[in-house]
Amino acid sequence: MAELDTSGGGKKQGGKVRSKKQSTRVDLTAMVDLAFLLITFFMLTTTLAKPQAMDLAMPDKDDKQPDAKLDVADNRTMTILLGKDNKLEWYIGLVDKPLSPPTVDNYSRTGIRKALIENNKKILAQTGDPKKGLIVLIKPSDKSTYKNMVDILDEMKITNIQTYAIVDVFDQELELMKRDGIY
Amino acid sequence: MARVKISRKSTAIDMTAMCDVAFLLLTFFILTATARQPEPLPVDTPSSTVKIKLPSTDIATLTIGEGKVFFGVAGQQVRERTLERMGERYKIQFTPEEKRRFSLIETFGVPMANLKQLIHMSNDERNKTNIQTGIPTDSVDNQLNEWVLQARYATKEINNKEMRISIKGDANEEYPVVKKIIDILQKQNINKFSLITSLEGDN
Repeated sequence: MAELDTSGGGKKQGGKVRSKKQSTRVDLTAMVDLAFLLITFFMLTTTLAKPQAMDLAMPDKDDKQPDAKLDVADNRTMTILLGKDNKLEWYIGLVDKPLSPPTVDNYSRTGIRKALIENNKKILAQTGDPKKGLIVLIKPSDKSTYKNMVDILDEMKITNIQTYAIVDVFDQELELMKRDGIY
Repeated sequence: MARVKISRKSTAIDMTAMCDVAFLLLTFFILTATARQPEPLPVDTPSSTVKIKLPSTDIATLTIGEGKVFFGVAGQQVRERTLERMGERYKIQFTPEEKRRFSLIETFGVPMANLKQLIHMSNDERNKTNIQTGIPTDSVDNQLNEWVLQARYATKEINNKEMRISIKGDANEEYPVVKKIIDILQKQNINKFSLITSLEGDN
């Protein structure tokens, strides 16, 4: 198979014209190549086209009991305020007496990620319990974008922080952000 | 000494069977692949390092961009049932033909009053910019809330499963718009969402 019939049609015998017998075999190699190429293409496009999804669980809102609040240890709490121009500000503890002064940072690897990893390590060493790590409160302000929120949630995944929540900004924190020029 | 002669074999292999298999698979993949529908509201999703794939059934997608919200729910039967329920709710009658046409629309964003008009449009017309103005979300006439609620009922009726909600937001959308949508959903006690993101390398 897979070759052209190049043999002659035989000698003419007795003047009788005989039709040349040609091989019916066709070279399928190229066709198989093409078919597999297309298979690969369709396989990849069907599986890759599925969008990625990041799961987000919001804290339950109970309208009947607006005062039901969960108290968290302030020395383990890091608050991240998302401001304008892709900037954020973070502090540890309470807003009126932070244990670590508010720092304006960015969303890069050396920015908030470093702070998250370092503080998480510190807290873990302090508590000595692998389940009691850093608690992060994410507070997106009205000036932040959706991308900022996704980015910061992504950082939580990357730095492996188990406890985090998205909550509303307090007025006091808005003042802080205004002071530092990110609101 | 007699030399052992190695018979020379032809290197050509019969490709017929392989070709058959290849085309069989090819046909399978072409038929299972769903053609991508053009989106009426194109959004640029933010990127993240998450690699979890989104399920393709029992899910509703809220597309947020340019301050507008579009709604879509997976499954043609679910869509038909959702439309029926919405029709009952807003006292609008839909013919079977309209329901069928609606079940083929993946995402849409018009107020209930303009829905009939949208259903009668052709696909090309529908996806023109500024034809679809988004679903009203204000507190007086919160149609998005109704759509989500009825879609949840419809999914439960047809597939007997809880509907999941995914949010597909534009990267540059302001947070308050997203927050408003999340608040609407939280009123219905939906506290879990999937945020649709595109892939980003680990860095």
